[in-house]
Amino acid sequence: MQSSLSISVSPHTSLTVQRSNRNALEPLAFAPPSKPLNLRFCGLTREALGLSSLRRNSDSFRFRLSSSARVRRADKFFVSASLSDNGSPPKTFDYDLLIVGAGVGGHGAALHAVEKGLKTAIIEGDVVGGTCVNRGCVPSKALLAVSGRMRELQNDHHLKALGLQVSAAGYDRQGVADHANNLASKIRNNLTNSMKALGVDILTGFGTILGPQKVKVGSDKVVTAKDIIIATGSIPFVPKGIEVDGKTVITSDHALKLESVPDWIAIVGSGYIGLEFSDVYTALGSEVTFIEALDQLMPGFDPEIGKLAQRVLINPRKIDYHTGVFATKITPAKDGKPVTIELIDAKTKEPKDTLEVDAALIATGRAPFTHGLGLENINVATQRGFVPVDERMRVIDSNGNLVPHLYCIGDANGKMMLAHAASAQGISVVEQVTGRDHVLNHLSIPAACFTHPEISMVGLTEPQAREKAEKEGFEISIAKTSFKANTKALAENEGEGLAKLIYRPDNGEILGVHIFGLHAADLIHEASNAIALGTRIQDIKLAVHAHPTLSEVLDELFKSAKVKAHVSAPVSEPIAV
Amino acid sequence: MASNPFLSRPTLSNTSISFSSSTSTSLPAHFLRNPSSANYSRRRILSVRSKIREIFMPALSSTMTEGKIVSWIKSEGDRLSKGESVVVVESDKADMDVETFYDGILAAIVVPEGESAPVGAPIGLLAETESEIDEARAKATSKSAPSSPKAVTPTPPPPTSTPAPAISQPPPPPAKPASDGPRKIVATPFAKKLAKQHKVNIESVVGTGPFGRVTPADVETAAGITPSKGIGTNAGSNIVSQPTPPRPAPSVAAPPPVPGSTVVPFTTMQAAVSKNMVDSLAVPTFRVGYPVTTDALDALYEKVKPKGVTMTALLAKAAAMALVQHPVVNATCKDGKSFAHNSSINIAVAVAIDGGLITPVLQDADKLDLYLLSEKWKELLKKARAKQLQPNEYNSGTFTLSNLGMFGVDRFDAILPPGQGAIMAVGASKPTVVADADGFFSVKSKMLVNVTADHRIIYGADLAAFLRTFAKIVENPESLTL
Repeated sequence: MQSSLSISVSPHTSLTVQRSNRNALEPLAFAPPSKPLNLRFCGLTREALGLSSLRRNSDSFRFRLSSSARVRRADKFFVSASLSDNGSPPKTFDYDLLIVGAGVGGHGAALHAVEKGLKTAIIEGDVVGGTCVNRGCVPSKALLAVSGRMRELQNDHHLKALGLQVSAAGYDRQGVADHANNLASKIRNNLTNSMKALGVDILTGFGTILGPQKVKVGSDKVVTAKDIIIATGSIPFVPKGIEVDGKTVITSDHALKLESVPDWIAIVGSGYIGLEFSDVYTALGSEVTFIEALDQLMPGFDPEIGKLAQRVLINPRKIDYHTGVFATKITPAKDGKPVTIELIDAKTKEPKDTLEVDAALIATGRAPFTHGLGLENINVATQRGFVPVDERMRVIDSNGNLVPHLYCIGDANGKMMLAHAASAQGISVVEQVTGRDHVLNHLSIPAACFTHPEISMVGLTEPQAREKAEKEGFEISIAKTSFKANTKALAENEGEGLAKLIYRPDNGEILGVHIFGLHAADLIHEASNAIALGTRIQDIKLAVHAHPTLSEVLDELFKSAKVKAHVSAPVSEPIAV
Repeated sequence: MASNPFLSRPTLSNTSISFSSSTSTSLPAHFLRNPSSANYSRRRILSVRSKIREIFMPALSSTMTEGKIVSWIKSEGDRLSKGESVVVVESDKADMDVETFYDGILAAIVVPEGESAPVGAPIGLLAETESEIDEARAKATSKSAPSSPKAVTPTPPPPTSTPAPAISQPPPPPAKPASDGPRKIVATPFAKKLAKQHKVNIESVVGTGPFGRVTPADVETAAGITPSKGIGTNAGSNIVSQPTPPRPAPSVAAPPPVPGSTVVPFTTMQAAVSKNMVDSLAVPTFRVGYPVTTDALDALYEKVKPKGVTMTALLAKAAAMALVQHPVVNATCKDGKSFAHNSSINIAVAVAIDGGLITPVLQDADKLDLYLLSEKWKELLKKARAKQLQPNEYNSGTFTLSNLGMFGVDRFDAILPPGQGAIMAVGASKPTVVADADGFFSVKSKMLVNVTADHRIIYGADLAAFLRTFAKIVENPESLTL
């Protein structure tokens, strides 16, 4: 078994990662855990980058040379465990861990598995990197970087206030599209190289589960593994009645290629994907019409943040919207006719309007990609396509029993459809299979929307917190600070923004933080780390922030909270969701 | 243009709008007005007799044209005391608490939560006593009915039914219920926004875009503005043309650009001035000039100058005192059918500021003494410089004063700002040889004052009499210091 390990790949390949790429790898989008279908897109954690992989590689190298006995001991344990649970599982395995799907979730799990000394393989039927790297957060960040600069250059008023003079800004569509494409391929190569460098076997072909601990790769190859993680991700969800032609009626997959910039585009769905694309399209000169089934735009956000965001991101731009309506039929442009969209009232189902636009982007969420995975072979029934799992990502079969050695992470389980959430779930699974129980606290997972300015959040929204407080009988308080009071924000002439803290005044627990403003996506981590580590407000408010920085917005926020308890409480237990 | 393009436009009545601080971040504002001055054609007598006040949609920012009711803090039947927050209004910029300026009972909510109303429209009614609640509710029913705002009698709510009004009234506007089947929307989002901004009825605009679509350029053409964006930019065009197009597409209305010329779009303030100036063309105006001897005024000015009194305050005070005697010159014609008499004398004074023009208003100029007025004026100027004037501080004028005398201009002609009855253009005071009745020559300082007025309500004799009074006050200025 040891002989099959390959440690020959030079670790230096991973060092080619540019530091500047990190910015582009921030998570793209999120949604609250309670609404899985609205969850969108993905992010890429730091593990995706190979800067630390040299050390990791040498660690695992050393580990393997010195501790094969320990690995074998683990083998025995797992084999006996599977014997007691199953009819006829394989007795020896090709791999310790087999991951189906080389997206960001699978990649995060693979890196952690190698660090823990597991012999790991990853199956990819399409391209390494999955949605996030190829059709999601990564290329969209390239487009948003362009839109942010275009906005700055077009804002005469803003430039004038800074004393700058710039003549009319223009752009080359193909150049912008190439930038997005180049970024995706660069990150894809980094991801592939980082896994190769660590000795992760990349198996090409679609993975199908044949039975317990057994997976078919492609048409004939069968691979066995002690533990299997399903990480097959998701695809854009297209509601019935909508005909996607990839040219005038498109999904995010097509939009990210930026093959055209229509004069007028309708965006169906005003969640994170829709919002980010509205930012891109309006910066490039398009007019946008939002179509939202719910009564208000941006339904996933904290209402106060959503309202402010609408005032900044929607109202002053060339955007209008129809809320409380379904797009029942969307016909692509053909025979000299524009794209037509038929709208009905979401409640009464009566026909309302017909729109004629140049293009339509379907951003109604994402559907799990689990079809053809062979789940029926192990008696697992998906729920609306999602693989049912428990809080430890263990797959639940149709009788409600846990399927041994089978886990599902990321968009395929629908718990929190974010790339970095998938990766965190993968790491959690690896912790469990290597003998350390671990439950991921989803309330500590931050999320961000990369509009200009950005929106970010972690934990509960105000209505969610109020509901929880009511149920569990505690009080909550709200603290808010404005970017207008922040020196750095004012220096950038970007004082528009709000940070909001929802907390328990009795013990100083942070329940949720929501930020709308300059670099909000980068600012949220102080709050998400505090939640993850159980840090209370009375402790974190004593921490020092460099002046003048945007991070002082959060400093102010924590300081403005009024906690009654002065003694810091012990770290709270992680809460499963 | 040697005239005075005025930015400000008084609100529909002598509203008293004031802002006060609050612990919350939102700016609370008092917005209430007495309906007796709000709409003269509507049951004026009734409104004056009973103390039912309208709570109306405030203008929370200079760009706000309509506001949305976020929430009613008080419910119908609640007793309100002065300064309490009643309703939260969402403008294009922020949510603001609106406070009541009077004690009373919230009798009726005319515009419910979640709905929008144009600035100045009544959103609720405040009764002074319980006995007036029913009356107020009856009024509210008539208001919430989607009839024309000038309806004389209450109209039954359904707009599609044909009421038989006892008194002739304008026909209700064409019904536009939501359920009239699918209709095609052919205006782009930005076109709709522009139409709202420039008050263009989008349904009357002929679309020239692809598939007959109404484009932003179509709306701008309809509004009489040079389109700022090329028509029909093709998908995939490499150039974004906003707000200054690098390649302005040829448009029918725009003359060919002179080579080397640059196009600088209006600022918001300049756009507002431009719009008001175009609007002023709808008013038939005439002008009357009058020479005024200023020796006494100049002497007084020298005396009070050390006490901080400015010439602007002196002239505003003089004009206000003259207006007290000639209320018609302080009136407004809103609908072309009636005089709207203003109960306050608010003197707007034209002030040139960097890149624009604004008219800070000296409210109740007839009532304040010269020193208070001067102080007030300094405060307004400071705010104007900092662009911090509140809407009521620049759009509540009932009469405007413009003085180009300091530049040596001896006479000029001012444009009447829409919504006011008259504007006074003051030239420079200069030594003039004068012959008196006995044939004696002397040298006196004289300035020429030229008033432009709305001839629908102010006639030549009115202006002449007003100017004579004004001249008398200036020539015997002792009364100014009283």
